[in-house]
Amino acid sequence: MSQTHVTAGFLPLLDAVLLVLAREKGFAAAEGIDLHLIRETSWANIRDRAALGHFDVAHMLAPMPLAASLGLTPLAMPMIAPMTLGLGGNGVTVSAQLWEAMTEAGAPGDLDAGPAGAALRNVVAGSHRRLRFGVVHQTSSHNYELRYWLAASGIAPDRDIEIVVLPPPFLPDALGSGGIDGYCVGEPWNSVGVTERGARIVTVKAAIWRASPDKVLGMRADWAEAHPETLAALIRALYHAAVWCSDPGNHAEAAEILSAPHYLGQATDIVMLGLTGNIETGSGVQAVRDFFVPHARAANFPWKSHALWFYSQMVRWGEVAHNSVNAATAAACFRPDIYRDVLAPLGVAAPLADSKVEGLLSSPTSIPAAAGELTLAADGFFDGRQFDPQALDAYIQTQRSVARNGH
Amino acid sequence: MTQPELSILIIDENRIRASIIEDGLREAGHKQVTVIHDVNEVGRTIAASPPDVIVIDLENPQRDTLEHFFSLSRAVQRPIAMFVDRSDRAMIEKAVEAGVSAYVVDGLKKERVKPIMDMAISRFNAFARLSRELEEARSELEDRKIIEKAKGILMKTRGLSEEEAYKLLRTTAMNQNRRMVDIAQSLVTAADLLGP
Repeated sequence: MSQTHVTAGFLPLLDAVLLVLAREKGFAAAEGIDLHLIRETSWANIRDRAALGHFDVAHMLAPMPLAASLGLTPLAMPMIAPMTLGLGGNGVTVSAQLWEAMTEAGAPGDLDAGPAGAALRNVVAGSHRRLRFGVVHQTSSHNYELRYWLAASGIAPDRDIEIVVLPPPFLPDALGSGGIDGYCVGEPWNSVGVTERGARIVTVKAAIWRASPDKVLGMRADWAEAHPETLAALIRALYHAAVWCSDPGNHAEAAEILSAPHYLGQATDIVMLGLTGNIETGSGVQAVRDFFVPHARAANFPWKSHALWFYSQMVRWGEVAHNSVNAATAAACFRPDIYRDVLAPLGVAAPLADSKVEGLLSSPTSIPAAAGELTLAADGFFDGRQFDPQALDAYIQTQRSVARNGH
Repeated sequence: MTQPELSILIIDENRIRASIIEDGLREAGHKQVTVIHDVNEVGRTIAASPPDVIVIDLENPQRDTLEHFFSLSRAVQRPIAMFVDRSDRAMIEKAVEAGVSAYVVDGLKKERVKPIMDMAISRFNAFARLSRELEEARSELEDRKIIEKAKGILMKTRGLSEEEAYKLLRTTAMNQNRRMVDIAQSLVTAADLLGP
């Protein structure tokens, strides 16, 4: 069988794992895809090279296809995400100094987002200087999630603290040298901060917004349209890679593959932390449920409600004007229809709905799926607020007042 | 008709390449050229004199930082867009292939920026070619050293002349369909392992 060449760009992060496994474990080859992976140094390069066609597809921050389609970033053009590359996978890490202050301010030391945020608010209120936090890109899940956590904890980003952008591998060093006080980033860069810089992980994405996406398989909309069969083969390959990756028995091998110099270039032990969810916080190992979910509970399904939540945050922080055209553009970037069309014939339980109310499920719940039944995990935000994509205007309105007044 | 002098900022961690670009711009008559090697200095530099054109190497991992800075900056009043004109795809592609990117103050005329980009692209390409040639020369020298060493081992252990040792290496390489330097490297490694 002749193989179709597909080039994919990625950044050295844990959730590049599905692309790496698709290549290294032969899932791509089995689908007739000769998958070439190119490691990049910045999200800006990923965006530009995807836009120019150097990359057919890329490991992208979940909000990136929205930013490109809405014209927020250079080389803007319609981009889509027909698949999510897993749920969770990131965390918030602070310097040893800030952690000491947070402990004195009542941080209990578990990874719960609420108490950690309350402690941080007390520290921020008493600090003689503005604390500085790092994220990896402006239109990133990290930026929106960190801001959401801060705002819901009563800290106004931009006013009470400063948020700067740094590439993932630079964050631990910047923390160590005192350039920043904390950061929100994907693994393994939280664990690297803990082991190499004495930092402390204070909360995780799985606690701030349960069952939420961090990276997607992103691509130009016109590439997807012109290559439906190649795209379908790639989605199948990534799906099989995700199934394989979700088996705990395969974690050691996956970590070994991913730790190679041309992928993450980090010790296998460090990679294992995020992969297994046994997180070394800096004061002991904590088993975090659903820290990173590569496959289970429809983790790869691109919910339109996820896209719209990112959109609501772009509006909240003044990056885009809210109107029905922009909202429709944002929602159209996530393509559950492609996912369903490709995977349902394999008997994969793909949700029948394109959207859900984020925060409605407080316990594992069964939902109707294209092939049988599917159980979703509890989802939602740490502050208990729900996001109903049907009530987008009202949500945006509520958040406007929160953004202005703190909480 | 005199146009105001363009202010150009070069950001490149590679000092040699940065100075090659800077020279090119000065030769082309640009006087307001600033070079920085660290994106963290960009805030101060831009606040001091807002540039019209920023040239940055694509290998620079801090492009995200730079773009975020633009979105915040009060110093840069006009938005900075990438390249002059999004429709000029050919130039954008050439630039990215050469490993260079640019940000240009909105509203700046394409014909004013194009020569700057063309120059940066050709100098980036020339620099890459030079680096590649240097690398090739270096590895060729390394190869020769390994072959010399392997010849020496054969001459000593098998009592061959220099020419016989060379021939043996070459025939073995041909028979095994491998490069001569690989055969030589195996021999050197084996000799190291077996020790004197």
